[in-house]
Amino acid sequence: MIADRPAGVLAMILARIGRPVVATLAAFGRVVLFALDTVRHLVTPPFYWREFGQALMQIGWFSLPVVGLTAFFTGGALALQIYSGGSRFSAEAVVPQIVAIGMARELGPVLGGLMVAARVASSIAAEIGTMKVTEQIDALVTLSTHPMKYLTVPRVLAATLAVPVLVGIGDSIGISGGWLVGITKLDFNSATYLKNTTDFLEVWDVGSGLVKGAVFGFIVALMGCYAGMNSGRGAQGVGAATKSAVVAASVLILAANYLLTGVFFTS
Amino acid sequence: MITLSGVHKAFGPNRVLRGVDLALPKGQSMVIIGGSGTGKSVLLKCILGLVTPDAGTIELEGQDVTKGDRDAFLARFGMLFQGGALFDSLKVWENVAFRLLRGHQALPKDQARDIAIEKLRRVGLKPTVADQFPAELSGGMQKRVGLARAIAAAPEVIFFDEPTTGLDPIMSGVINTLIREIVVELGVTAMTITHDMSSVRAIADRVAMLHDGLIRWTGPVAEMDAAEDPYLQQFIHGRAEGPIESVR
Repeated sequence: MIADRPAGVLAMILARIGRPVVATLAAFGRVVLFALDTVRHLVTPPFYWREFGQALMQIGWFSLPVVGLTAFFTGGALALQIYSGGSRFSAEAVVPQIVAIGMARELGPVLGGLMVAARVASSIAAEIGTMKVTEQIDALVTLSTHPMKYLTVPRVLAATLAVPVLVGIGDSIGISGGWLVGITKLDFNSATYLKNTTDFLEVWDVGSGLVKGAVFGFIVALMGCYAGMNSGRGAQGVGAATKSAVVAASVLILAANYLLTGVFFTS
Repeated sequence: MITLSGVHKAFGPNRVLRGVDLALPKGQSMVIIGGSGTGKSVLLKCILGLVTPDAGTIELEGQDVTKGDRDAFLARFGMLFQGGALFDSLKVWENVAFRLLRGHQALPKDQARDIAIEKLRRVGLKPTVADQFPAELSGGMQKRVGLARAIAAAPEVIFFDEPTTGLDPIMSGVINTLIREIVVELGVTAMTITHDMSSVRAIADRVAMLHDGLIRWTGPVAEMDAAEDPYLQQFIHGRAEGPIESVR
């Protein structure tokens, strides 16, 4: 009996660790299957152009202010930080180059992705979750319309196309923020600042950020749709779906960013 | 004719349907009654394929509903959902014409709109409602729009899920009358689930009572009051005492 006790405790500890691990892996598997199903429906007709256009407006156009403001203040703060840090080893002059590379490669796509995740993943999850709770998704099925084609595909495609554009615009605004701070607070010459930025920045710096943006857009809309489609009942269920969409999209964006950065820049 | 044979459905340990056998003759209006949580909605969703039965067969005119062209199968059905289930982002006429605007036989927009307005008029709504959004309408008006959507594509079978829930008695009477008129006028087969006895008497040709996952009683509505089944009698008279356990 006494000899059995350590084995029982060990089994209990393993069970406690194992259950959430299995649950996490199962959830990941369901998301992967959902993503594959989305891609399958994307390449087979019909395609709902009107819903795609509306999603493009909601995800792209209406996210522009929040992404632009985020990029502007981030670019400005980045210029101040680089100037302050660089002054420790007399490298204040690298502000334009580092702001440009930092915005294009990392901060533009990541902060843009996170802001879109907060704004779009939540709204998609809440909208589709409410549709599920109020039987609108069942109604779609009875009207011979596949919910994946009508709800998920247009949103995922729109986000995959719109977020890189948002990232590109965010990069420009962020670099402009750094430039404005550079010439007004850090005594940079405007023409020199711009020349250093354009001379130093390579096409792949911007291109890699845009590719990241496309991946982040896909993740954001996918997680919003997945959480909405799997929403629980009632207001509490929709609330939980909204929260899980934002959390999952944010974490996956950061994880994907690490992986993509590794693939793009560690050769 | 819709025929259900030995239909079972469980959600985890909860066995909702335990072998339902039911036949709905073509052109008849059947009302399924039963207490809350007895599986009425699940039964209806099984027929439509929204829920997959664990066992048993469901046939529409001898054809297994799980086989064949699903879109063609669903095109034969119309459905009025309990809460209306109108699409918030679409105008009322776009909701009504939803099926007409999509699929292989999609109509031009103007033609679909004309049909939608005609169907709205049929359920007692003015054409001005057509360009409003569902959220701007009262509960009763939303039910009417749901009804207009259910009949828009001239279905052969219409399902009504709790058509009068949440409505005042007068509006309930209006909806019941509309349903009866439409069923007779279009000659469709109708299946309604409800626990509103005034709806049963207004809509039904036949009644089936679902209790404990099984059809407890079925027969013509005219024979319902004289039936000897104690479960049915307790239910239709709304008695607290009887074989159906009630939580107090």
